[in-house]
Amino acid sequence: MAAFTGRSLEYWLYSYRRTWRGTVVSSVLTPLLYLTAMGVGLGALVDRGGTARLHGVSYLAFIAPGLLAATAMQVATFESTYPVMGAIKWQRTYHAMLATPLGVRDVVAGHLWWVAFRIGSTCVVYLGVMSAFGVVSSPWAVLALPAALLTGMAFAAPIMAFAASQERDSGFNGIFRFGLIPMFLFSGTFFPVSQLPALVRPLAYVTPLWHGVDLCRELVLGTVTTSGGVNRPLIHLAYLGVWAVGGVLLARLSFRRRLVV
Amino acid sequence: MRDDVPLIEARGLTKRFGSFVAVDGIDVAVRRGEAFGFLGPNGAGKSSTMRMIGCVSPVSGGTLRILGMDPATDGPRIRARLGVVPQEDTLDMELTVRENLLIYGRYFGLSRALIRQRANDLLDFVQLTDRAGDQVEPLSGGMKRRLTIARSLVNEPDILLLDEPTTGLDPQARHALWDRLFRLKQQGVTLVLTTHYMDEAEQLCDRLVVMDGGRVVAEGSPRDLIDRHSTREVLELRFGPGEHEDMAGKVEGLAQRIEVLPDRLLLYTDNGDRSLSEVQARGLTPTSALVRRSSLEDVFLRLTGRTLVD
Repeated sequence: MAAFTGRSLEYWLYSYRRTWRGTVVSSVLTPLLYLTAMGVGLGALVDRGGTARLHGVSYLAFIAPGLLAATAMQVATFESTYPVMGAIKWQRTYHAMLATPLGVRDVVAGHLWWVAFRIGSTCVVYLGVMSAFGVVSSPWAVLALPAALLTGMAFAAPIMAFAASQERDSGFNGIFRFGLIPMFLFSGTFFPVSQLPALVRPLAYVTPLWHGVDLCRELVLGTVTTSGGVNRPLIHLAYLGVWAVGGVLLARLSFRRRLVV
Repeated sequence: MRDDVPLIEARGLTKRFGSFVAVDGIDVAVRRGEAFGFLGPNGAGKSSTMRMIGCVSPVSGGTLRILGMDPATDGPRIRARLGVVPQEDTLDMELTVRENLLIYGRYFGLSRALIRQRANDLLDFVQLTDRAGDQVEPLSGGMKRRLTIARSLVNEPDILLLDEPTTGLDPQARHALWDRLFRLKQQGVTLVLTTHYMDEAEQLCDRLVVMDGGRVVAEGSPRDLIDRHSTREVLELRFGPGEHEDMAGKVEGLAQRIEVLPDRLLLYTDNGDRSLSEVQARGLTPTSALVRRSSLEDVFLRLTGRTLVD
């Protein structure tokens, strides 16, 4: 990390001193509520129908890693929308930074590192709650943390690029309605994509979230296999990596276009 | 860097946005220790010029050297030695007054201990010591501006850039701010400011350029510009609404130059009182008459045919 990037990251960390308590509460409550309601409550009904289609594990164990990836997506999306617009238009934080030795790359990188920190810390708590529910069964699960982080960054970077191109925050509703919510529901978090009609399945497979969900699930359940010459984890990693790296490049472009005129 | 080399030197400096030319080939040189102003109405190209000097906006044409360096290649190194007071506040509203200085100083890579030490002096200087621990949000506009000035000084800059520093402030806050800027000037800080207030330019600037439509239309000290482009005094006459056009004809010959504004007539003369008695001798009875000294406003009117603040 370049020295200047650290300087812009420091701003976000410093501001966090005012708000960290709230985020800790929601980091703990969210997995607690979801895993209790969906995993334990709904899961009791689902498990009666047999768990063959859920890789042979309980519904709770099935959705927990999926929810981990979905949570990474949600944190990433939130942190990359309103705060970016605020730093451009409302609070003008980026403008303040750019009047100092910091450049556009430092501003983008500092903010992305901050989002990575938010995703990472939220996912650590999530994994902790998951293990308290007894659904972490493999030592591979440790790797679910970087996997969830990468999933989050695959969203954060391109969404940041989008946010910096927007005049008003109304565009964000589109992301939430037509991106976040459908992905959350249909990308394999709550049921296997194979349950979807064959026609729409490809749609689920191109979403970054499905790759994140599947990767986290294989790691947490310890079902990582390279059957039939297809190395699924590597494909997931590469696909998410493309979104993350492509997103960073787009974000730099978008920030430059917006802030350097 | 030698002392006789200008801190800022622009030649044919141009800024284009698409086909719109905001700054149209201006030549400017700012020397160490002087207070230099860009005076002009909104849209004259002052802020665009300022943003290029601040190395946040790329130059479209011409050359620009700041502290002997080229903004295109040495932006970060130049910005490390500038202090910037932007037109719109960029303070963090949720942090405290002191925290704003701290975080801004960190952008320059200064140690926390050094910033803390400077923050005490700076808050003292802008008279915000008793608000140091308060959040910025509820501060008055004048206090926020003063904090922005304190913040811009945290890196002990060679040049302080102020873009419309007192726009939107009430008269009392403006005077408080001018007082602080005047002290900085006395300490030898090089000030570069834009303004559309002629009184601000007259009070603070050793030298200034008058800008209009992206071009420099005049350059010099405030006194020098007034001497060159206006008369010693101005007689302002107000008549009834809509009468000014007619009255202009009736006072013809009583002044070196007459300007007709919507609400008053300006008679440029070296002796306002004598001109007033000549007006009265012609049997004219203005509803009010005022004799004043010429200002930069008159210079601007003379050079561009328009008023500074519409």
